Amino acid sequence: MEKINSQEHLVIIGNGIAGVTLAQRVRQGSDCRITMVSAESPLHFSRTALMYVYMGHMRFQDIVPYADWYWQEQQIELVHDFVERVDTSDKKLVLRDGAPLPYDKLVLATGSSAAYYDWPGQALKGVQGLVSLQDLEMMETNTAGIAQAVIVGGGLIGVEMAEMLRSRGIVVTMLIRDKLYWHNVLPQQEAQLVTDHIRQHGIELLLQEELQEILADDAGRVRGIRTRAGKELSCQFVGITTGVKPNVDFLKGSGIDIDRGILVNEFFETNQPNVYALSDCTQFRNPAPGQPMMEQLWYTGRLHAEALASTLLGNRKAYQRGPWFNSAKFFDIEYQTYGTVPAQFTEQQESLYWQNKEATKAIRFLYEKGTDKLLGINLLGIRYRHDLCHHWLQQGYTLHAALQELPAVNFDPEFFQRYEEELLHQYYTRFPDRQPPVKHSNWWELRKRFGLFSDSTSC
Amino acid sequence: MQTAVISETASTTSNTSQNVLKMVSLLLISIGLLGILVAAVGANYISPVLTGLGGTLVLTIGALLYIWQSRWYKSPAEQNHGRWQQEATSRGPSAWVIGFVLTGFYVLLYWFPDTLQGLIQATEPLSQWLRGRPSDQWFLYGTFYTLAILVMGVYALLKYRNSRYHIIRTISVMFFQLGFAFLLPGLLLMLNKPEYYFSYFWPLKYDYLFPGTIDYLVRDGAALGVFMVFWGAIFSFLATPVLTYFYGKRWYCSWVCGCGGLAETAGDPYRHLSDKSRKAWRWEVAIIYPILGFVILTTLFLWINSWSEGRLLGDLSGGFASTYGFFIGAMFSGVVGVGFYPLMGNRVWCRFGCPMAAYLGLLQKHFSRFRISTNGGQCISCGNCSTYCEMGIDVRWYAQQGEPIIRASCVGCGICAHVCPRGVLKLENGPREDRYAGSPLIKRDELRILS
Ligand SMILES: Cc1cc2nc3c(=O)[nH]c(=O)nc-3n(C[C@H](O)[C@H](O)[C@H](O)COP(=O)(O)OP(=O)(O)OC[C@H]3O[C@@H](n4cnc5c(N)ncnc54)[C@H](O)[C@@H]3O)c2cc1C
Ligand code: SF4
Ligand code: SF4
Repeated sequence: MEKINSQEHLVIIGNGIAGVTLAQRVRQGSDCRITMVSAESPLHFSRTALMYVYMGHMRFQDIVPYADWYWQEQQIELVHDFVERVDTSDKKLVLRDGAPLPYDKLVLATGSSAAYYDWPGQALKGVQGLVSLQDLEMMETNTAGIAQAVIVGGGLIGVEMAEMLRSRGIVVTMLIRDKLYWHNVLPQQEAQLVTDHIRQHGIELLLQEELQEILADDAGRVRGIRTRAGKELSCQFVGITTGVKPNVDFLKGSGIDIDRGILVNEFFETNQPNVYALSDCTQFRNPAPGQPMMEQLWYTGRLHAEALASTLLGNRKAYQRGPWFNSAKFFDIEYQTYGTVPAQFTEQQESLYWQNKEATKAIRFLYEKGTDKLLGINLLGIRYRHDLCHHWLQQGYTLHAALQELPAVNFDPEFFQRYEEELLHQYYTRFPDRQPPVKHSNWWELRKRFGLFSDSTSC
Repeated sequence: MQTAVISETASTTSNTSQNVLKMVSLLLISIGLLGILVAAVGANYISPVLTGLGGTLVLTIGALLYIWQSRWYKSPAEQNHGRWQQEATSRGPSAWVIGFVLTGFYVLLYWFPDTLQGLIQATEPLSQWLRGRPSDQWFLYGTFYTLAILVMGVYALLKYRNSRYHIIRTISVMFFQLGFAFLLPGLLLMLNKPEYYFSYFWPLKYDYLFPGTIDYLVRDGAALGVFMVFWGAIFSFLATPVLTYFYGKRWYCSWVCGCGGLAETAGDPYRHLSDKSRKAWRWEVAIIYPILGFVILTTLFLWINSWSEGRLLGDLSGGFASTYGFFIGAMFSGVVGVGFYPLMGNRVWCRFGCPMAAYLGLLQKHFSRFRISTNGGQCISCGNCSTYCEMGIDVRWYAQQGEPIIRASCVGCGICAHVCPRGVLKLENGPREDRYAGSPLIKRDELRILS
């Protein structure tokens, strides 16, 4: 029986977004006993907001989305402890401090931690990643009173770390393997825009450079690094942001199949009965063509949990991610993406691209040449409506059809300048035979498509 | 590497010039404060006009310089750096000192105005020039109040300079304070007309619809007075519901109102101090609606009394009115409302006490097109929105569930949308149909914080 009944005990390891969402959704449809065990912090907090605590925008208690009373009222039991071992034959967890905890169904939502690549010197004091609350505390001590820092890796956490360090006046150099910042994800023009913006914020970017080794001083602290190209940089802090790896070490010998992450199918089932895994710590056995093996994002963590909750509540549902989306912020510039916009386009792909003169805002619509099908949208410094973009992509809109609804998509604050006209101008210049719509589309009209009780599949 | 090198040198030179500016501005601020102190206590030795007005002028220049150097060199995303780390903005010692000084000033102002004689004399020429009559403690207060909104308005303009919404809104509160709450009432006095604030309405200015006030306006103001009565009544009962229907409470609370104007400018550095707990919300509901009820009752009693020529209720209603004036008008709005800025945040009065806010809030909740929309499934639950909501609304609660935020207390300042790092929030006016509909891209929790 997959459906959980009210006498059963659901135990979730990990109180990150995945574990918490799962507990909430299951609780909505079942009276079963729910226990959430997590070692990092007693209450769920927003990992994505750690940087704001360091920069002083918020205190730790401000990044905790649900207060104590919430968990009590929801009757979700919280256990602040570390799971040393999972005993799948006896269906119980061995905890570091508390008594063993029996379960009927177990969900692993253990997240991930910073990945290191065996660099010489990576164990020195002052070298660290940024994933957990403990990392944040360590970063406070490691960066107290220092002058220079080097960040290895040019991804989203890397630029967050750079922003954090700049807020304390520390001189930051980033080592980036690609020709431009995040160029493995962003197309040339967006990557150039963001790269320039990061430099304007006083970050030194060493492009096409990698870490060779980390150098120690007499006290066993980092005093500098050497790059692949042989350049030596002096620094008192090295941030490692070259990716994350699933937290699965404690599962060795439990009989649960693990490769890089816990192996699951599209129902988040592991090879063991009544044991499920989701979000950062998992790896899909057979990802659908074109879909990644691992999804390590806040949003996908929530989506995984919604899908698994549905299965546990008796409505067995294979996970379907739907059109991709993501967002981030690079210093002052917000980034949103909907659908797929790869860094390199194929022969079949073409795009409309607009950028303002100051190079702080950009819009790209990627489409397929022959069919005119809309593939994806990239936005820098401009906000679009997620619901509408999702609808365009889900329903397979052509570029032309999507652009007919362009006036409705903007989500920037009132009084902000709108740039859609310029984009449309470009469009009708490229395709002079196509006609602008007779009627201006309006969000409130279009919104009626997604009624009050619809869900993502119908939208 | 060219750009990196250039920006590095540029930032070092700007650092030095910033430091020089900072020291000069601090010096000017100190001289200005000393001048004002001398005006307050040494009026017998040296002309308070010279020291007081001169000091205020020097203080203003110093403050503007300080604000410029502290805001201009920070990019928009850096403006909240250190907010919870610096003691002045996290209830540290200097926050308490400022809180005590402000509170003390209100106590002197309301109950011991004689102690402020020196300062009142300092504003004498200004009062004569503007109003053609001697200064008093209320003129002194109005002058300081307006100056605070103007100077800290510059702070808000610089801090939110990348947002046209906030630029226009800030200019609006500065304009209404200077024009409608300072210059125009002064001018009316100069012309021997009743002093009237066209930007304040019943139930905030509760006495504007008291029979006594109306009597006096009509008697003393003749045609203009009749217009004033008319204006006040129209705004309270017609314009307020209509404007709130179209734009939400914000048209008043964060665009026009003087209390809101001070909160949005001078109070901005303290906005994150508002209490976000469920308990605070319970207090809010338990205090603000009874106050609205009290104002309505008082007004009704006074009218009944006046129609019955005092036979029905005797002096009871007058007592009612003066109790309200003391506890709510003076104690709450001034002493606690502004004095506690650095400790409890900048909207204590607006959130817990203001009857106008309660009235607007009911309209906003039940008869308005306004809402804050949430953008699909984009929220990362970071909490910036809730932290910087001056009304203590847990914005994140709704955002992370893809729901629109429709709350009676929301003053529509728009700062939650501004600080959100993922662009999740948008203040907008739309059809009331399906106003509560959330994004289809998120599964929701049905639990309410307060039912
Ligand atoms: C600095 C940073 C910024 C990010 N920003 C974004 C962003 O802007 N947008 C985005 O989409 N994603 C972002 N991410 C990624 C996102 O935060 C993660 O994908 C997401 O938090 C994963 O959630 P989760 O629930 O799977 O795991 P986690 O949040 O990692 O939670 C797992 C929990 O399980 C606990 N645990 C593990 N093993 C055990 C054990 N044996 N016993 C007890 N407890 C255990 C861990 O301590 C942890 O608390 C960011 C990540 C980081 C580090
Ligand atoms: S919810 Fe947003 S707009 Fe409303 S008062 Fe709070 S911060 Fe201002
Ligand atoms: S600031 Fe934005 S992302 Fe953060 S919790 Fe609020 S709505 Fe969500």
